[in-house]
Amino acid sequence: MTLDDLIASMFPAGHAVKRGLRSTVHGAGRLEDGTEVALIGIVDRTPLTIDAAIEVAGYVLSVIEKGGTTPILVLVDTASQNMARRDELLGLNEYLAHLSKCLTLAALEGHRTIGILYGHAAAGALIATALSTQVLVALPDAEPSVMDLPSISRVTKLPLDKLTELAKSTPVFAPGLEPLFAVGAVTVRWDATKPLAAQLLTVLQAPLAQHDPRDAIGLERKGRLLAAPIAARVAMEANAHG
Amino acid sequence: MTGLLPAHEQDWYEASARERIAGLLDPGSFVEVLGPEQRAMSPHLAQFDLTGAFDDGLVVGRGLLDGKAVLIAAQEGRFLGGAFGEVHGAKLVGLLRAARDGAKEGGPQSVLLLLDTGGVRLQEANVGELAISEIIRAIVEARIAGIAVIALVGGRSGAFGGGGIVTACCSRIVVSEHARISVSGPEVIETNKGVEEFDSKDRALVWRVTGGRTRRLTGGADRYVKGRVQDFRDAAIALVEKAPPLTIATLQAEQRRLAERLRLYGDAKDAPEIWEKAGLSDPTHMADLTDDQFLALPMPKEADHDAR
Repeated sequence: MTLDDLIASMFPAGHAVKRGLRSTVHGAGRLEDGTEVALIGIVDRTPLTIDAAIEVAGYVLSVIEKGGTTPILVLVDTASQNMARRDELLGLNEYLAHLSKCLTLAALEGHRTIGILYGHAAAGALIATALSTQVLVALPDAEPSVMDLPSISRVTKLPLDKLTELAKSTPVFAPGLEPLFAVGAVTVRWDATKPLAAQLLTVLQAPLAQHDPRDAIGLERKGRLLAAPIAARVAMEANAHG
Repeated sequence: MTGLLPAHEQDWYEASARERIAGLLDPGSFVEVLGPEQRAMSPHLAQFDLTGAFDDGLVVGRGLLDGKAVLIAAQEGRFLGGAFGEVHGAKLVGLLRAARDGAKEGGPQSVLLLLDTGGVRLQEANVGELAISEIIRAIVEARIAGIAVIALVGGRSGAFGGGGIVTACCSRIVVSEHARISVSGPEVIETNKGVEEFDSKDRALVWRVTGGRTRRLTGGADRYVKGRVQDFRDAAIALVEKAPPLTIATLQAEQRRLAERLRLYGDAKDAPEIWEKAGLSDPTHMADLTDDQFLALPMPKEADHDAR
């Protein structure tokens, strides 16, 4: 699904989205009842550079600065973080962390943050964008990944065909929408054959967990069995001593 | 030989995660949570023919720092490069949630995070990545609750990948000369973009691009220390007292700070170009300075800030 089709299907009542300097977008969409939703994003399957990260973070901050509780939709079709010496020299880790903190704080300030993953996102770029939202929606074309299988094969020294076989029985390492849904990273999958406006409204109106629910979701989906009980046990025991 | 030295005299780079904790906290005060005797191990490593660790490479617990209660987590950089897996990550998530929940109820007011990591554990790529995202959210929530989260970096695995992002989410960052902080590792960039983009065998170049001194000079780290565990302890004691809060104003200031860095140094491809523009004398010999000489340098104005 193209960006234009995606936006048109989510906001038949109207939208105004501008292109930023570096394959970023920002603007707003209008729901049927007239309320506004802020739209920001990184698009065109572009690697997340320090320049793009700070631009998107600026859009998030400007929504917060306006006050209110306007929901923020984060449209995501990126690649991995930009792999360049210059970006690392200038502190790419700080730029990605800044974007992630801005999105996380926006949610805590009352702006419902919804990631719309309709294309690629990998590694650090996935962390700083899609995974920094409260609710992550994936379209059928979404291709999230941490690392591609050939790279995992190179590092783990396991043959690619064995990894491919292993990936069928566990969602813990393989790239793709299915495994990332199973572990609880993706909250909900949309049906692209039906109008997206109604599906968006459902997401906007669903009750939100007070705290990060992703470990519980992964447990429920049987894709990530240990994270929730381990985190809960450490949280309880760390405060019980002394 | 390090075992013969008192814990606080040990070299941070050489010390294990447990040795660092022993020397960082007040003697004998550490109480481990979910320790190795509990056998909370990764269930995913066996299918890769790897042997697990009884603590999955992360030690968590609580103790005293200069008489004050703190929560602490230390990554063991010698176990699978300190990488984040499901259990490893969940232990840290739990610790940070404990800090958040205890903040207003008389619990510890700070968390010490001893990072030593190559990033996500690729054998557990999805659950490791998600753990990092949960850690970031937990750090933000803890900081908003008033907790100081202090990152201490100077181990052999550095703070790479998601570990680099986690570092920059903390309230304060302490580094030594050995600290390397970045997202993509030099080998990964070389593999993907070629040796002319980043020659990962050029150790001096790697150090200039990712190392503790560069981070300190540009404001990517708040405190530079010599390499003993005691030096990290002194810095941690000083920094937990006056950690900046995480508010909208903090992030607005960080937005300005990072935009200004791009404006000043956005064209640079190697560290001496930055040091020269920052007005440091003799920028080409930064690597030759002793720690004492480096610590005596006047810092550029962007090095010290509360905008993180």
